[in-house]
Amino acid sequence: MDKFESHTGLVVPLDVANVDTDQIIPKQFLQKTERVGFGQHAFHDWRYLDGEGTQPNPDFVLNAPQYQGASILLARENFGCGSSREHAPWALQEYGFKVIIAPSFADIFYANCINIGTVPVQLSHEEINELFALAKDTETSLTVDLLNNKVSFQEKCYTFSLDKFHQYCLENGVDCVGWTLKKLDVIEGYEAKLANWQ
Amino acid sequence: MATTLYEKLWQRHVVDDTPGETPLLYVDRHLIHEVTSPQAFANLRFHGRALRRPDKTIAVMDHNISTRQADIAAAGAAAENQLRTLEKNCEEFGIKLFGIGHKNQGIVHVMGPELGITQPGQIIVCGDSHTATHGAFGALAFGIGTSEVEHVFATQTLRQTKAKTMRIEVRGEVGVGISAKDIILAIIGKTGSAGATGYVVEYCGDAITALSMEERMTICNMSIEFGAKAGLIAPDKTTFDYLQHKEYAPKLSDWDAAVADWKTLKSDEGAEFDAELVLEGSEIKAQVTWGTTPGQVTSVDATVPAPEQFSDPVEKDSCAKALNYMGLTSGTKITDIDINKVFIGSCTNSRIEDLRAAAKVVAYFSKQGKNVASNVDAIVVPGSYRVRKQAEQEGLAKIFSDAGFEWRLPGCSMCLGMNDDKLAEGDRCASTSNRNFEGRQGRGSRTHLVSPEMAAAAAIEGRFVDLSSENINEAH
Repeated sequence: MDKFESHTGLVVPLDVANVDTDQIIPKQFLQKTERVGFGQHAFHDWRYLDGEGTQPNPDFVLNAPQYQGASILLARENFGCGSSREHAPWALQEYGFKVIIAPSFADIFYANCINIGTVPVQLSHEEINELFALAKDTETSLTVDLLNNKVSFQEKCYTFSLDKFHQYCLENGVDCVGWTLKKLDVIEGYEAKLANWQ
Repeated sequence: MATTLYEKLWQRHVVDDTPGETPLLYVDRHLIHEVTSPQAFANLRFHGRALRRPDKTIAVMDHNISTRQADIAAAGAAAENQLRTLEKNCEEFGIKLFGIGHKNQGIVHVMGPELGITQPGQIIVCGDSHTATHGAFGALAFGIGTSEVEHVFATQTLRQTKAKTMRIEVRGEVGVGISAKDIILAIIGKTGSAGATGYVVEYCGDAITALSMEERMTICNMSIEFGAKAGLIAPDKTTFDYLQHKEYAPKLSDWDAAVADWKTLKSDEGAEFDAELVLEGSEIKAQVTWGTTPGQVTSVDATVPAPEQFSDPVEKDSCAKALNYMGLTSGTKITDIDINKVFIGSCTNSRIEDLRAAAKVVAYFSKQGKNVASNVDAIVVPGSYRVRKQAEQEGLAKIFSDAGFEWRLPGCSMCLGMNDDKLAEGDRCASTSNRNFEGRQGRGSRTHLVSPEMAAAAAIEGRFVDLSSENINEAH
């Protein structure tokens, strides 16, 4: 996993609540056995007018010319609800998003983002509304500073919080499996105490 | 101190709680399927790591498979590749696999409980959000992503932050013909689709304890649909009676020891929850979703709402968007909505009791000479081979087939449409599954979530039916 310290990038406002992972990556793209190849299908049903994905939907915000190259996704509440498919954050990451900002996230999606190095930033409803107003009117570049837990735009600055260990893992690109494997003796000690029917 | 069931389950699974790190919890059972596991196996192989406890890992084929033919090649080349990859991975890492045609094959959340793999007090995980189903046994069960699947493979543990607790009590009794699906949809209608995000929910009250294990699984299954990390129901005699003599349940003296332990798994009197919600069972009516999130639901005797009825601007906007997608007009009676597809199945409603409930409604109408409406395609997809066999032995399959339903092979099927069981654009489906998201059952298709009874009635009448005025219970 790549280290994340700070990122400055263009923000695209997706003004829809309860965006589910079926929308982020529809099921017909879940049959791959690799981790790559999902970005081109992100938001497929909204992004394209046809099932084959040959006609971009001009009304979908990600297709607007001013948001091309966006690397920060601004979203509404309960972002990433539904299916546990990690293919959803993979698709967003491969599309180019390094940060997702929303007032709330679904739990599994949030954990999946942390585990792949995408930073989920939770801000208050008021702050999110301010950002939507900004990003809808003008091309807005935000800086997300993970080391100081700050999102800034010109003179505006918001703070966010992350679980300390999540933050450590993101900042250092920690291999979480490797980290836990260093505690194998503790795991074995736990297992030794289990009853034989457990 | 009085503690909650969740707290008890948490405490008994803490492997490591080093300050500054997210707590490490032990995983008792890891269920896997073909869709969310291949990348986890690939990473294990890439790092040269072992799969720590194959004996605590069980694999099944369910998401991708054909429900028309018991053939690994029947659902297309990409599906076949994913299924064969699972086969190879299970062989390489020594994991028991219930593949196509195996007598134990079925939807992962139907298979685990019916074999007794699911037991009270466990932590059960699976790369599938409906893992919450297993909470019906008083197990802490939740869905995980593929990186976490890999973590469990390598370590048999997971790092978890503690959730808040919510107690949902359903008091008294529900009316005749009101199913577990109606109860959980009514709960989600009250909380909204994110009402329990960050919480583990414990369901209790007389209307919950009166439920069978199958019904409890329907309740817990949909916990994720209002954002809950997991759903729990404290184990009791109903739970123990269901599990005893199951293939993977403890035997002989182990059984006695297990039950003695399981009896301690309940929230103590006076335990404090972070949030509480109470519903009166008698007020719950048959439910039908009208929108594109499970929380957009109403009673069968109501009408499609208008955006103006919502004070919250986000809900108002969501309502308008949903009505547009669903092709519905505010004020339309729910019973005037015509459907052309019916799906009875999924990890929410494909167990034997679900099929019995649906078959009872079908038999009631068949007696009046009514069968599946001529413009409706209706399929019944049992949750597992065991369910299928039992339904055939009980004569349920014949009731369905005689009335014009297609009787299929087990699998996830049209709940998510990864195989060829898909809706076409503009199709409107009465579905016993768990998600009515845009395009869930096929691009441009429209899903209404309902109980098995309602789905059966809708297949015959071609629209939703208020069954409260029918004497279905006298039909047999």
